Amino acid sequence: MATTTIAGAEVTVDEEGFMTEYEQWNEEIAAALATNIGIELGEDHWQVIKFLREDYKEQGETPMLRRVSNVGGVSTKELFQLFPKKPAKKMSYIAGVPKPHGCV
Amino acid sequence: MKRLLVLGAGTAGTMIANKLRPRLDEREWKITLVDQNETHYYQPGLLFLPFGTYKREDLEKPKRRFIPAGVDLHMGEIDLVEPDKNQVKLVDGTELPYDYLIIATGTHPTPDETPGLDGDEWYKSIFDFYTIEGAEALAEKLETWEGGKLVVQIIEMPIKCPVAPLEFIFLADAFFAERGMRDSVQLEYVTPLPGAFTKPVAAKYLGDMLDDRKITLESDYFLERVEGDEHKLVSYDEREIDYDILVTIPVNMGSKYIERSGLGDELRHVPVDKRNFLSTKHDNIFALGDAAALPTSKAGSVAHFAVDIFTDNFLDYIQGKPMREEFDGHANCFIESGNGKGMLIDFNYDTEPLPGKYPLPGVGPFSLLQETEANHWGKLMFKWAYWNVLLEGRAMPIPALMSMAGKIREEV
Repeated sequence: MATTTIAGAEVTVDEEGFMTEYEQWNEEIAAALATNIGIELGEDHWQVIKFLREDYKEQGETPMLRRVSNVGGVSTKELFQLFPKKPAKKMSYIAGVPKPHGCV
Repeated sequence: MKRLLVLGAGTAGTMIANKLRPRLDEREWKITLVDQNETHYYQPGLLFLPFGTYKREDLEKPKRRFIPAGVDLHMGEIDLVEPDKNQVKLVDGTELPYDYLIIATGTHPTPDETPGLDGDEWYKSIFDFYTIEGAEALAEKLETWEGGKLVVQIIEMPIKCPVAPLEFIFLADAFFAERGMRDSVQLEYVTPLPGAFTKPVAAKYLGDMLDDRKITLESDYFLERVEGDEHKLVSYDEREIDYDILVTIPVNMGSKYIERSGLGDELRHVPVDKRNFLSTKHDNIFALGDAAALPTSKAGSVAHFAVDIFTDNFLDYIQGKPMREEFDGHANCFIESGNGKGMLIDFNYDTEPLPGKYPLPGVGPFSLLQETEANHWGKLMFKWAYWNVLLEGRAMPIPALMSMAGKIREEV
């Protein structure tokens, strides 16, 4: 765990740069995190990020792609366009929620 | 009379019946198992079937042989769990009431979840090996195959026995080498994971093993569809991979009644407290084995350790006492690597697979994350232990919770 400053705010992050405190997140931070990984947030991105935030709060874990598609209403195909190559990792990074379980 | 109803007489359900029957008074407790087929398959053996090591008859035994006296095995297809009525309805209309329900109906390859997978080419050029039918069809194909490109591909995690696809491709490498045709076979491993395995240390070891065998790795690959006529995979990000033989691991999902009953997640696995397997929705329903949505491997070893923890807890729970034992996600898997060698990994929710010795620190006889002959023999002997010790609920000489003793911390 380390503390860093993102968009003028002090936040705690893990060794991969994922935020560890749900409550420290805000929309400015999200935009800054997105810029870090070369994504400019549009309306469709926000829909996904807001779903991730709400679903994590309710379920206590980060939804997998299948759930974002079935429940959040954004298809897997679109998720790959919005967050290229590694949508599960990228969208949780921006939304300030843990990386989905690496199911072993 | 109190009623304990267990859905599924597979690895988990059978162990539960055997562990609980002697500890629940027969005058007070009726235990019923429900299943829809009479044959118990030794699932770890399916991996070897395509290579001719085992035949079907080596892997099947009647389920009834492992059900203890005093437990009723009811054959029937489950239609619905009705938690508000505390009963389970079967397709034939039978209603089975319960005081406590345990869901142990496992997880199943579901090829129809992926466009193009189970079309005309299913069991012609596309195979799975997690079912007896798929493994047999693949054995027949490999027997006369003259070479080309064989792709092993995982569609979506979680899958049961998550190391089996790697084992399959290691065994395929050895199989073709032994037949003197390795040079005319191209092997590729395609996975949605960022590497050969999820956790960094094991991913490094296993990735090196793929390299050593000249097996190419395509990672972060999420399959959108299969174009069977063209022998081609297409991912969501438009990467195309062609093949002559596709060995696929279809999406693994729980039984359909779980969805109909509103008890499952998107994959029809049952959300439970990961420490004690109690349903997050109902205080008299548990889920064990592959049927449960737990952040650890779907594997017989996990079911075994989980049932050990569950048994003591359940006896307390029915007396209104708190469940004191907490499961740590312990999993323990032999990884067959070909040429008479194997590896072993041992891990839990918090600790990734690490190198070292097991179960005795410094001694073994098994080596963690290292290819040895002893590990291979351990894997083969395990078949005997499964039928003769494990299913009947007798004690195995391995503790249920993971231990750090004998493991070596390593930075990647």
